Amino acid sequence: MPERREPFQPRRVVITGIGAVTSMGANVEAIWKGCLSGCSGISPITSFDTSGYPTRIAAEIKEWDPTPYFESRKDSKRVDKFVQFAVAAARMALQDAGLTITEENRDRVGVFVGSGIGGLATIEEYHKVLLDSGPGRISPFLIPAILCNMGAGMVSIVTGARGPNSCTSTACTTGINNIGDAVEVIRSGRADVMIAGGSEACITPLGIAGFCAAKAMTTKNDDIERASRPFDLNRDGFVMGEGAGIVTLETLEAAQTRGANIYAEVTGYGMSGDAYHITSPPADGNGAIRSMKAAIEDAGIPPEQVDYINAHGTSTQVNDRAETAAIKSVFGDHAYHLAVSSTKSMTAHLLGASGALETIFCALALRDGIIPPTINYETPDPNCDLDYVPNCSRRADVQTVMTNSFGFGGHNGTLIFSKVY
Amino acid sequence: MTTTERVRKILIDKLDISEEQVVPNATITGDLKADSLDKMDIMMGLQEEFDINIPDNDVDQINTVQQIVDYIDTRLNA
Repeated sequence: MPERREPFQPRRVVITGIGAVTSMGANVEAIWKGCLSGCSGISPITSFDTSGYPTRIAAEIKEWDPTPYFESRKDSKRVDKFVQFAVAAARMALQDAGLTITEENRDRVGVFVGSGIGGLATIEEYHKVLLDSGPGRISPFLIPAILCNMGAGMVSIVTGARGPNSCTSTACTTGINNIGDAVEVIRSGRADVMIAGGSEACITPLGIAGFCAAKAMTTKNDDIERASRPFDLNRDGFVMGEGAGIVTLETLEAAQTRGANIYAEVTGYGMSGDAYHITSPPADGNGAIRSMKAAIEDAGIPPEQVDYINAHGTSTQVNDRAETAAIKSVFGDHAYHLAVSSTKSMTAHLLGASGALETIFCALALRDGIIPPTINYETPDPNCDLDYVPNCSRRADVQTVMTNSFGFGGHNGTLIFSKVY
Repeated sequence: MTTTERVRKILIDKLDISEEQVVPNATITGDLKADSLDKMDIMMGLQEEFDINIPDNDVDQINTVQQIVDYIDTRLNA
């Protein structure tokens, strides 16, 4: 007879450190303060000449200096900006967590940091070199610079973390998948600490032109700070952002033993695929429904326990309508009692970093008992009739919060966080 | 600018090192701590600066600052 095993009790996983780089501020606290005051991080694109582009605005990081986060200028120069963002945010998160990676623990510390697009700016730069000067002028640093996984690779190189090292690339769901997958790695005992999140830097000529061609972006170039308006009737597309969000995850037990500051427990992770279309979600949001339900089931809570949803809320017509329909389907009458907001109204859409940044906002909402607003909410859309926390942040005794991300290709991801006492 | 000055400038820029480190006998991959990709990057910089092609076999033969300068001068005078 096979040996009878005890039922497997997965380990509880908590967030103990957060780090972010966005146009809203130089660190998490500055970004969060901006969100709670309803500030917009969006401005005219200045990194290239946008004449002729239908969209000429973005949440662009204007004065970026990667050197403080690398040991030498050489190390920072040989990687794409999305990798620089990842390294910066990872260092901030580790410092915030008070975690030191040592010879003793480094094999149990892993890194899951993804990017939706990878090193697009570097690809564009060297494609021009190739056309102008031929293949002999291509840098040996081209390929390592553009790989989607190099955020994870470089974070491990600079921090010394030698545990599980990988990344998922699922377009705009990248951030959630990397954090959720990292939670699973700790739950199952394959690592004790994970550095996880997403990073993106594709405010480039091809990046902007490509999303414009897909008719996914706003053209409200003359109304910059009001251009990202999730759930508002007059929304007309997303605004692109750049940056990174990274969290440190560890077991509840380890965090409590070392007296760490605990932001939240990651209690639920759900995923689904649409099997529908390369860019559009099904109108009833059934992929989103199954993702949220899977996360709720994973958390083992009644749906009514969710107080707040940090929505994907991109400010496109189809996303916001489908996500609203999905929330109503999952929560029934409770959909009208919980708060829903889209911080993309302020931060814009950081694509592969968005789910990680929004995880950080969920953690901070739990810490501070305050829900960030959806700004630019002016004209209600009959198809979007939930409480979107319009325009002003709100004090609330939130105990359980959820965040959604949905990516091109039909990747859906949901995380649920709960307060730890 | 002399060949030496131009070579020094490329090394300083590519390797993020100080002028004092670029002495004639310094080895690129040893003293100046270039890895294999750095060395390829330096060779590319030299090819562009001096408008020459440096074959892989030659790359293996040059590893000090002075060797690079001598190599470039030989090639330019050939």
